[in-house]
Amino acid sequence: MSTLVIQDLHVEIEGKEILKGVNLTINTSEIHAIMGPNGTGKSTLASAIMGHPKYEVTSGSITLDGEDVLEMEVDERARAGLFLAMQYPSEISGVTNADFMRSAMNARREEGDEISLMKFIRELDSKMDILDMDQDMAQRYLNEGFSGGEKKRNEILQLMMIKPTIAVLDEIDSGLDIDALKVVSEGINQMKGENFGCLIITHYQRLLNYITPDHVHVMMQGRVVKSGGAELAHKLEAEGYDWIKAELGIEDETVGQEA
Amino acid sequence: MTVETNKKMTEQDVRSFSASKSEPEEFTELRVKALAAAEALPLPKPDKTKIINWNFTEFPVHATESSTYSSLEELPEEVKSVVDLDQKNLYIQHNNTPAYTALSEDLKEKGVILTDIFTAIREHSELVGKYFMTEAVKAEEHKLTALHAALLNGGVFLYVPKNVVIEDPIQVVFLHDDENASLFNHVLVVADTSSKVTYVENYFSTVPEAKGLANIVSEVFAQDNAQVTYGAVDVLAKGFTTYVNRRGVAARDAQIEWALGMMNDSDTISDNTTYLIGDNSVGDTKTVVVGRGSQKQNFTTQVIHWGKNSDGQILKHGVMKDSASSIFNGIGKIEHGATKANAEQESRVLMLSPGARGDANPILLIDEDDVTAGHAASVGRVDPLQLYYLMSRGITKQEAERLVIHGFLAPVVNVLPIEGVKKQLTEVIERKVR
Repeated sequence: MSTLVIQDLHVEIEGKEILKGVNLTINTSEIHAIMGPNGTGKSTLASAIMGHPKYEVTSGSITLDGEDVLEMEVDERARAGLFLAMQYPSEISGVTNADFMRSAMNARREEGDEISLMKFIRELDSKMDILDMDQDMAQRYLNEGFSGGEKKRNEILQLMMIKPTIAVLDEIDSGLDIDALKVVSEGINQMKGENFGCLIITHYQRLLNYITPDHVHVMMQGRVVKSGGAELAHKLEAEGYDWIKAELGIEDETVGQEA
Repeated sequence: MTVETNKKMTEQDVRSFSASKSEPEEFTELRVKALAAAEALPLPKPDKTKIINWNFTEFPVHATESSTYSSLEELPEEVKSVVDLDQKNLYIQHNNTPAYTALSEDLKEKGVILTDIFTAIREHSELVGKYFMTEAVKAEEHKLTALHAALLNGGVFLYVPKNVVIEDPIQVVFLHDDENASLFNHVLVVADTSSKVTYVENYFSTVPEAKGLANIVSEVFAQDNAQVTYGAVDVLAKGFTTYVNRRGVAARDAQIEWALGMMNDSDTISDNTTYLIGDNSVGDTKTVVVGRGSQKQNFTTQVIHWGKNSDGQILKHGVMKDSASSIFNGIGKIEHGATKANAEQESRVLMLSPGARGDANPILLIDEDDVTAGHAASVGRVDPLQLYYLMSRGITKQEAERLVIHGFLAPVVNVLPIEGVKKQLTEVIERKVR
């Protein structure tokens, strides 16, 4: 079993504090969902875990099985088992999707033990089938000219090929129609198991109709303000966030935004 | 025989070289006239690069004698790697010596000509005379074109007759392995009406240092409805002063595509101009460059529109490292009367070192109202967000940079039709950016 532990995490972007003490523990075999309105720090948390260059951790800690994640470079974090499905993945011209994915897989292997081309293609084809992706997507340049939905599928394709220990999915559902949502959820559900833990960031409950979370957390003002089980997501869907704000005496749930 | 010329080439030197190649009299006179003109003519003035102190005139030897090859098996290993052994249409020049020529029987029967430039001057004087430095590049343009005409000591002639479509690429290798050699090569490609051809050339130094000059001119003619794809990978050694002028003239409905991988380690001035003379003609220029060390380079790419509805595309991607500096001038010029013409260009420079310099100057000169035009230019470092994305998948920073750079230079690599040459360009890029 692997465990990602986030303790009292404070994060700034361009001098403005966005996360103000986040605590969260994610074990493999668990699916966590973080919900909350826009502007409450959810995506900042995702970026800070992966090591986005613009986000500065000012205090607190992130560890993976006791190893200090914050001391690691971005690529070391990935090779240690972390993965982030990004909300806005970069487009990289001239690099095919397939070449990129093979580089990513080989980065986890010793020199001389690279994945065979045949094995790679077989695996890529089968995952693309599950995600209902055109085979020609493999030879297209990485994310270049991809539609919003294609980018999301491509993120999940990478997730399935790389098979990380702990994945963070940052608004993987936004901009997806219901069919695409089902397909993407199917991909994520296939990853479930005792060697995989997941943190799903979303502000819609509908994704959670297809992926049942074990734990649901609500973020406001740069903190996790409430945690519960799957039933919490249903309650949020039915009643919105106002009851939590009332319960906690919060007027403006956002953080770090210009008034 | 080696002609020693530690002093400047004289008229007598030029006459005796011309005689040694049994050139027709007109050609000898053309050389002599050009030599005289070179004295008075000024150097070209590539925008934003001062070349007044560059050496374009002094060189150790005018012509060297190198070995020829009776079969591809005899080629040096480095050259073998860029030539497919089943390559049927091939010209190899060894320094200044035509060393190997092959053309398939099928193409010979169709009237295709592929031969070294000296044979062409002797045996196809009418064709050569019609196109040689008359329309695309003129000897009297400036000192370097005049010197080129006077001192021409190598090159190749390719003629594709009317309606002949050549599927397999024509390959040309200019092997440079004598540090004293100078290359005054002239490439003449003529694609007659409705013909189609792909020509790929390689400038290939296998010695680390050169002492000579490279003064290279290519002229490409695409007659009505003809299509020419011209690929080049230049890997000339440090020490050369390189002037390379590649120009094309596209007639009605004709198309000229350039894919130039300019990987010289020498200081280089490059002029690549496409004249879109005919209506509906198309000029597509793709250039990629890697500069390193203390190299100074200037790449001027022009597409000049005369034809109505003509389409000109310029793409230039350069990577600069160490203290290399490069100027990228892109000029889209639309002449009066070229209605519905479209001139687009994109110049991008990636800087890998703080001491490197790169300058992208997109220029649109438009003398007609009813046209479309656009340009994009950028100079910057590797995008940190791209690196972050790649690294977030476990790829090391070094490998991520490598992927981004190769991707950035892919537009030319991908269109080269010969596997060996494509691989060579990829490897040169690899070596140069490391």
